[in-house]
Amino acid sequence: MLLIPCPWCGPRDEPEFTYGGEPAVRPGPAADISDAQWGGYLYMRGNDKGPHREIWCHSFGCGQWFVLERDTVTHAIFSARKP
Amino acid sequence: MRYSSLSLLRQGLTGHASWPAAWRSPALAQSYDAVIIGGGGHGLAAAYYLAKLHGLKRVAVLEKGWLGGGNTGRNTTIVRSNYFFPESVALYDFALRLYEGLSEELNFNIMLSQRGMINLAHSDHDMEVMTRAVNAMLINGIDVELLDPAQVRAELPLANFSPGARYPIHGGYVQRRGGIARHDAVAWGFARAADALGVDIVQNCEVLGFLIENGLVTGLETSRGRVSAGAVGMSPSGHSGVLAAKAGFRLPITSYALQAMVSEPVKPVLHTVAASWATGMYVSQSDKGELVFGAGLDLYPSYAQRGNLPTTQAIVAAVLEIFPAFRRLKMLRQWAGIVDVPWDYSPILGPSPVGNLYLNCGWGTGGFKATPAGGWLLAHAVATGRHHPISAPFDLARFDSAALIDEAAGAGIAH
Ligand SMILES: Cc1cc2nc3c(=O)[nH]c(=O)nc-3n(C[C@H](O)[C@H](O)[C@H](O)COP(=O)(O)OP(=O)(O)OC[C@H]3O[C@@H](n4cnc5c(N)ncnc54)[C@H](O)[C@@H]3O)c2cc1C
Ligand SMILES: [Zn+2]
Repeated sequence: MLLIPCPWCGPRDEPEFTYGGEPAVRPGPAADISDAQWGGYLYMRGNDKGPHREIWCHSFGCGQWFVLERDTVTHAIFSARKP
Repeated sequence: MRYSSLSLLRQGLTGHASWPAAWRSPALAQSYDAVIIGGGGHGLAAAYYLAKLHGLKRVAVLEKGWLGGGNTGRNTTIVRSNYFFPESVALYDFALRLYEGLSEELNFNIMLSQRGMINLAHSDHDMEVMTRAVNAMLINGIDVELLDPAQVRAELPLANFSPGARYPIHGGYVQRRGGIARHDAVAWGFARAADALGVDIVQNCEVLGFLIENGLVTGLETSRGRVSAGAVGMSPSGHSGVLAAKAGFRLPITSYALQAMVSEPVKPVLHTVAASWATGMYVSQSDKGELVFGAGLDLYPSYAQRGNLPTTQAIVAAVLEIFPAFRRLKMLRQWAGIVDVPWDYSPILGPSPVGNLYLNCGWGTGGFKATPAGGWLLAHAVATGRHHPISAPFDLARFDSAALIDEAAGAGIAH
């Protein structure tokens, strides 16, 4: 069970949270973007083994999104930051 | 040596002391016509079909751990082909047909038991959606039948038909050709048959990097040194993203832990596979008598092969809701595998962005049932450089054109 430090509420249990994917910047303007670039933004993932940047939502708490740095092998949490 | 009742009798008379090893443990040679990364069922099957159907003489399988130690040896062994989209049906039913002849073909008992698989509906709306799915399957030629509550009850007498059930059973459907097979035996059977055709299976050999010249892979860097390869196929399941990164590209895949567990063994109480997607429950009884049940994903990226307690709790609750009689059973073991889940829950097959490197990954939570077909199609791609018509829709390029095959939506979660 992860103990996740919500930047607003403090440490809370894993079931209160929802994983929301890897942070990514939407490419644009749309007219200049190829199908492959757009597909890359929508679907491709780093899926790193080890340190990983993630966005999470404290869905059953304050409802806020934040950025979590976490190790996908040890599940150690390095930092949780307001966006 | 051919396995037969005669060889069993003969070995039995001498106390089973002189069975030969089922496969060799060769050193890694300097070069091969084709190298397959990953000694799970898919990789071993690919090597077997490369030697058997395409006549390749120098083939190697490189496995960083031991054969079948990945998801092949960790899954709940359900086989079926009751998918929604025609592309998926063509793929998974091809696999099931190969499974049906596999014990004979490999001279190795994979203990395929086509005991049927029943999916439950828990509301009228569930039943409507299920009827639609069943109609789609029938159009695609899959042997499925809708069941009314009385028919379900006849097959699953221990299921919760009490008036106060939180998830009342409104009916269901069955695929009678579905069932289970022995996972280890699938890996070992393919390994032994591939070895007999001259394939080098090298365990404890981790692929660390790709040698790429002018956009073509020419060899691999491994923990046992360099090896050159005419072509490379990869079936690393949970580690697909890690290997893709080493080859310089990304995949639309996230790796999650998927857990399963078994109870203490009991007398026969469940003669079919039962699943209820509304609760996330799927369960069958092994030949040893253990109840084998699997969970939903631990829903965040992980390479830790253990799984966390909230998910364990959820699945236990679901099983007990549907089968209250299992309440007193003790659990023997719990474990997890790292599964490579693609965006649309369908596998990624065929050419990769690097020349001569072919993909067989993204099988996620449901690739055991596809093992012989995944291997067969990877062998086809490696040997010919092209897709077979069955694998073509599963090309990586579907994520550029958005021609997704969304089985998560189509068939529900697909273990
Ligand atoms: C708990 C659980 C339940 C499941 N239930 C079902 C089910 O009921 N039905 C179903 O159809 N599917 C199920 N699945 C999914 C199924 O197990 C997998 O999709 C399937 O087994 C994948 O087979 P594979 O041969 O591709 O991968 P694996 O068996 O995982 O083999 C991949 C191999 O590659 C090796 N490898 C990785 N990286 C490297 C490297 N760099 N160098 C060398 N080797 C490497 C690994 O060590 C591993 O042995 C389940 C999975 C889990 C975890
Ligand atoms: Zn919060």
